[in-house]
Amino acid sequence: MPFLAQASSVSVQTDRLFLIALSICVVFLLLVTFFIIYFCIRYSRKRHPEPVDVEGHALLEVIWTVVPLALFLVMFYYGWTNFSTMRHPPPDALAVQVTARQWAWSFKYPNGKQTDQLYVALGRPVKLVTQSLDVIHGLFIPAFRVKIDVVPGKHNYVWFIPWLLGDFDIQCTVICGVSHSAMLSKVHVLPEADFKAWYFSDEAVSRLAPIIPPKGQGSAIVSLLSVKACLACHSVDGSPSVGPTLKGLFKSRQTVFVDGGERVVVADEEFLKRVILRPEDELVKGYPPIMPPSVLSKSELEEVVSYIESLGPR
Amino acid sequence: MSYLDSPGGGLRSWLTSTDHKRVGVLYLILMLTLFWVGVGIGFTMRLKHLSAGNFLISAQTYNALFTVHGVIMIFMFVIPGLPAVFGNFFMPILIGSRDVAFPRINLLSWYFFAVGSVLAILSLFTGNGPPDTGWTFYVPFSIRTSTNVTLAVFAAFILGMSSILTGLNFITTIHRLRAPGMTWHRMPLFVWAIYSTAWIQILATPIIGITLVLVMIERFFNVGVFDPGKGGDPLLYQHLFWIYSHPAVYIMIVPAMGVVSEIIPTFARKSIFGYKAIAYSSLAIAAFGSLVWAHHMFTSGMSDTAGLVFSLLTFIVAVPSAIKVFNWTATLYKGSIEMAPPMLYALTFIFLFAIGGLTGVIQGALGLNVHLHDTYWIVGHFHYVMFGGTGFAFFAALLYWFPKMFGRMYNPKPMYVAWAHMFVGFNLLYFTFLVMGTMGMPRRYYAHLPQFHAAHLIATVGSWILVAGLMILFGNFVAALFKGDQAEDNPWGGLTLEWKLSSPPPAENFAEIPTITAGPYSYNPTRTG
Repeated sequence: MPFLAQASSVSVQTDRLFLIALSICVVFLLLVTFFIIYFCIRYSRKRHPEPVDVEGHALLEVIWTVVPLALFLVMFYYGWTNFSTMRHPPPDALAVQVTARQWAWSFKYPNGKQTDQLYVALGRPVKLVTQSLDVIHGLFIPAFRVKIDVVPGKHNYVWFIPWLLGDFDIQCTVICGVSHSAMLSKVHVLPEADFKAWYFSDEAVSRLAPIIPPKGQGSAIVSLLSVKACLACHSVDGSPSVGPTLKGLFKSRQTVFVDGGERVVVADEEFLKRVILRPEDELVKGYPPIMPPSVLSKSELEEVVSYIESLGPR
Repeated sequence: MSYLDSPGGGLRSWLTSTDHKRVGVLYLILMLTLFWVGVGIGFTMRLKHLSAGNFLISAQTYNALFTVHGVIMIFMFVIPGLPAVFGNFFMPILIGSRDVAFPRINLLSWYFFAVGSVLAILSLFTGNGPPDTGWTFYVPFSIRTSTNVTLAVFAAFILGMSSILTGLNFITTIHRLRAPGMTWHRMPLFVWAIYSTAWIQILATPIIGITLVLVMIERFFNVGVFDPGKGGDPLLYQHLFWIYSHPAVYIMIVPAMGVVSEIIPTFARKSIFGYKAIAYSSLAIAAFGSLVWAHHMFTSGMSDTAGLVFSLLTFIVAVPSAIKVFNWTATLYKGSIEMAPPMLYALTFIFLFAIGGLTGVIQGALGLNVHLHDTYWIVGHFHYVMFGGTGFAFFAALLYWFPKMFGRMYNPKPMYVAWAHMFVGFNLLYFTFLVMGTMGMPRRYYAHLPQFHAAHLIATVGSWILVAGLMILFGNFVAALFKGDQAEDNPWGGLTLEWKLSSPPPAENFAEIPTITAGPYSYNPTRTG
């Protein structure tokens, strides 16, 4: 592919196939275009006022049926072998569990480490096993030439061997709602020693900046909010987003829907804990009803709520 | 007395007319209106990409715009366009008939179409805002979103009814109402194309109807057909959706191929090369085209064996299209070619459709599909097929048959100017899409990453040139409608039956049903090569 790094083992194979297929197609196109233009000039009414009728030619029909078919079958065959490579991960691949939800990615490693960006070691095969918590998403790493739909109820996978050091984009490719185009992440390819140091360190979450840059203090808690995908919908600096901002939320008055009616409540500690655990019970008016039930542990919930308290009333 | 004046020119006489020509014109007016709405929406989306982030419109609005753009352009312009407008107007004439087999059902189809269109437009302004799922309405998002998916889906359902009735009507007409001597192999190729299309319309459209009803049932009653938590499967929806919507691609393109097969012999003054090859390749496309739907799902996690089979069938369905392209090219050989506007647009169709088809072949290869799926490559590909293909064929058909339909001739010069703008703008816009796709730009993205920004700017400039071309084209048509000279009965020297009628044709077409003694393109050549 033009303008795109070949950062995985399969990308070279895919690009070679693309070049071959593209060349065949360009030759076809040029041939047809050349003949159309040539005939239009050579047999224009001025130069060639009396047409000569030609109703058809059986041999030509056979040739231009069989030749394209043969070339197409070649493209089909290499398309299949290329695909087949992508479908057969080596048994020693590092299995990372990818969880997609509106609108965030989360990566869980065999040792329990969880991040919002993917870390992999140069030259070591990685298998990403996906799951979705809500709608269909698409996991796409262009530099690796891999893509898989993340479908609720299925555990689709991709695998790759990273070949280049660096940071590469991860993008969602299936329309999943208002922040679809913000459902981004990165894959960081590290030298194996660096990867091991990171992998076996005590750092609970990513050591690099979260994908959604935190605007506010308290980087540890902001990292937690990022990993748990809260920041996909809630800002911490008062800027508007899909859900209410966390700044000034504490002790604010909110209208909520309870049992089919509306009620005004004060967002105190009790209320915040209730809605984080079971958002669908008390939907806040003015926001879409899409917040998933809590993915926080008990202690994390305490941390988050006290952080919201620290952001203060308005 | 022409069909425009008989039985009277009042609005009521038009809205209750069962004349196939009037029904065709009713479709034309409605569809061109919807087409311009779709163009406006597409133009707005391109403007948004002048900036990478928040600009001009919100993300929610953007998502609604690409959904509505797709729904309007696909369900209300590209799918029904050629069959409903030109099929209705010309198919009965081309086979020597006074009308379609069921003229009242024909009018009813138009009313279904009108109601469906109105409901689709209503869905934008009622409920919780316009649908934001993309025109594909993939579950579970289409079931979860609070936007007005139900009404939009119901509108598509009604449009489907219209399509089925039209298909039924055309098949019956072609079987029963051909003039004496109009054997199958003397039918003009546009009629063959309409015939193949009609079969897809009646066989595939009911499936999308059922599928859309299932989406509505899920939204109201939450039964769980597509919900894995209740034993359902989201991929089932995709299969059902594409079992219709892929053949629908051929509903869009086969009539376009039919139009081109009419225009090229007329302006080359000779028989079409390989009549039977072109006629039967339409049927082959209709048949094989019904068996390739899952190539939209190579990355969905369906079985690898299914991927293998559907990829193979996809390459096979490309062959009949290639055959047509070669036969059209060969038709030019030793002709006497007049580069009138319809011919120029028809030849442009071949070039743009070839790019659309060949990019389709590339993404049909499994391994390449993994990278290209759901990127701008796909968006570029289907605009080459749908707009470059069907759209340009629609314009070519309008340029070819406008004098016959309205009895007025347009000024040809602005049509060349419009062509130049559209050709440059189109390729600047959609070829850039293809390049962006290979770079990994996902489709349906409100905001884009910085590495795609330059390409987005180029594409947006292309869209301006393209729209300017469209305005010249349609402006010139409108001018001709009011100020054009009286058109001759046979301005292009065509041989098919419509050119034997006055321009515009009389109400019942033929005072006396003609007897057909020769094929459609027998230009009585001086010698045979």
